[in-house]
Amino acid sequence: MRDAFIAELMDLAENDPSVMLITGDLGFGVLNSYIERFPHQFLNAGVAEQNMTGLASGLALEGHKVYTYSIGNFTTLRCLEQLRNDVCYHDADVTAVAVGGGFSYGQLGMSHFATEDLAILRALPNMMVVAPSDPWETRVLTRQMAAAPGPKYLRLDKGQAGLPVNDAGVQLGKVRTVRDGKALTIVTIGAILSEALAAADTLAAEGIDARILSVHTLKPLDAAPLLAAARETGAIVCVEEHNVVGGLASAVAQLCLENGTTPKAFRAVGLDDLYPTIVGDQDYLRAAYGMDASAIAAACRSVVGLAA
Amino acid sequence: MQEAPATNLIDTRDMALALRRHAVQMTHLGKSSHVGSVLSLADILAVLYGRVMALDAADPRWAKRDRFILSKGHAGAGVYAALAERGFIPREQLKTHYQNGSKLSGHVSHKGVPGVEFSTGSLGHGLSVGTGMALAAKRAGRDNRVFVLLSDGECDEGSNWEAIMFAAHHKLDNLVVAVDYNKIQSLDLVANTLALEPFADKWRAFGWHVTEVDGHDHDALLGALDVAAGRRGIPSVVICHTTKGKGVSFMEGQVLWHYRTPQGDEYADARAELGLSHDEEGRADA
Repeated sequence: MRDAFIAELMDLAENDPSVMLITGDLGFGVLNSYIERFPHQFLNAGVAEQNMTGLASGLALEGHKVYTYSIGNFTTLRCLEQLRNDVCYHDADVTAVAVGGGFSYGQLGMSHFATEDLAILRALPNMMVVAPSDPWETRVLTRQMAAAPGPKYLRLDKGQAGLPVNDAGVQLGKVRTVRDGKALTIVTIGAILSEALAAADTLAAEGIDARILSVHTLKPLDAAPLLAAARETGAIVCVEEHNVVGGLASAVAQLCLENGTTPKAFRAVGLDDLYPTIVGDQDYLRAAYGMDASAIAAACRSVVGLAA
Repeated sequence: MQEAPATNLIDTRDMALALRRHAVQMTHLGKSSHVGSVLSLADILAVLYGRVMALDAADPRWAKRDRFILSKGHAGAGVYAALAERGFIPREQLKTHYQNGSKLSGHVSHKGVPGVEFSTGSLGHGLSVGTGMALAAKRAGRDNRVFVLLSDGECDEGSNWEAIMFAAHHKLDNLVVAVDYNKIQSLDLVANTLALEPFADKWRAFGWHVTEVDGHDHDALLGALDVAAGRRGIPSVVICHTTKGKGVSFMEGQVLWHYRTPQGDEYADARAELGLSHDEEGRADA
């Protein structure tokens, strides 16, 4: 996804001299082609994310379209107050790009797990929150985000859903219906969509047809398809490689309750409000912490009867 | 810069006195803190807003304006007062400072207040933003300058030192920092909290051009702050040695007046020292 992001950013930079990429001294091997082609639209701010984000705001308020780039929590939590005060309060056109959503860097330990970012960034007024599920979707969304001025968060994942390219099927701010179904709805964000797809295949073999909605734009949240899913399928299972507190499940639950479209059954699959203390690759940690295909399928089975 | 309205007719000493009068009245009416901080930097603001900076009240977003960020946002009353004195906002509006429904927040905010370049309040933000603005000006070939006013206590924040390194590395000679070095921070003396000395040496070691001045001497401030963009090839810092609470004798050098609100006899005494009659509420033109 990060390569897809950089490829798209190069296209944007080619056509818009105001584009500025700032890294917090990360991106070894990934940013090289960009730096070679656009040396004047690139900065390495050093290992100094607070300054990087503040100066990004200053550049943006003077007309630049700025992207800050680093791993997981470094473009977000490390400089959260700069995002809040300097970027969001000032409506600055800054996109914080985090590579390594969820357990992407699963072997590196908890410092490198981005598992509260969606909740925290979502709570910032003016902030758009986006998490693509495939490299091709990353390109589409990066392009569409560039046309939307203001503060944005782009969460990139090492994993990918593996779905075929469908540029026309992706619209920033709109939920993507990945699979239709009537028995229940699996709502996902990001590349963990791959686990949802595998779970849905398992369920289909058991005669349970699950609808799958991919919420690549968590904020602003596209209400209609989610409310329709609650109404039409009666059961919702939210899946996120993220704490179950404050992220996708919280957003969907609040949406449904406030609109009086309460599903009969609701489950939140994700990290159960804890810090992992073991490491492993992304697949391993998804399984270890109960958010792989089998865990999702189990959650789905538990709600099907309830929704009927 | 020649498009900027002439400011050489403004007497910065008169302006500084006006800022001090506003500060005492605003903090009294709003029952707010930080009067000592505003009195400390009144002369710096008067010289910047009255003489140094190219600004246009008729066009607050004029592209070639000099940018100013008050990073010590708690002295925001001083910026509002300076903007009122320069005609960006009505003087009458200053009375709303800190009141219910007011746009003039305790810490400076740009929302709905023409002339405020950037909102602050959490310390250690302004210099990074100013650094970005200075870099943008250079990349765009504009010769406007960016002024950032820091407090001394604020220099505890590590983010400032990230920005200080960045600005020197990128040779941002259109960036001028003024430090209101009154030696007092929120709870105690700077020297008793986190000592900054040798302060000037720290800046020099980070690659900045350093000037130290009496922060209440207008000629010295003018000479040090009015740095032409591109003159030195490195960013400039003006360490302004100031007295917290300057201009009101019983507030001068007192930690207490970081937070205390002038009320009762203290308010009357402060007004008297600043030449305001006892019952006057508006700006004194005396």
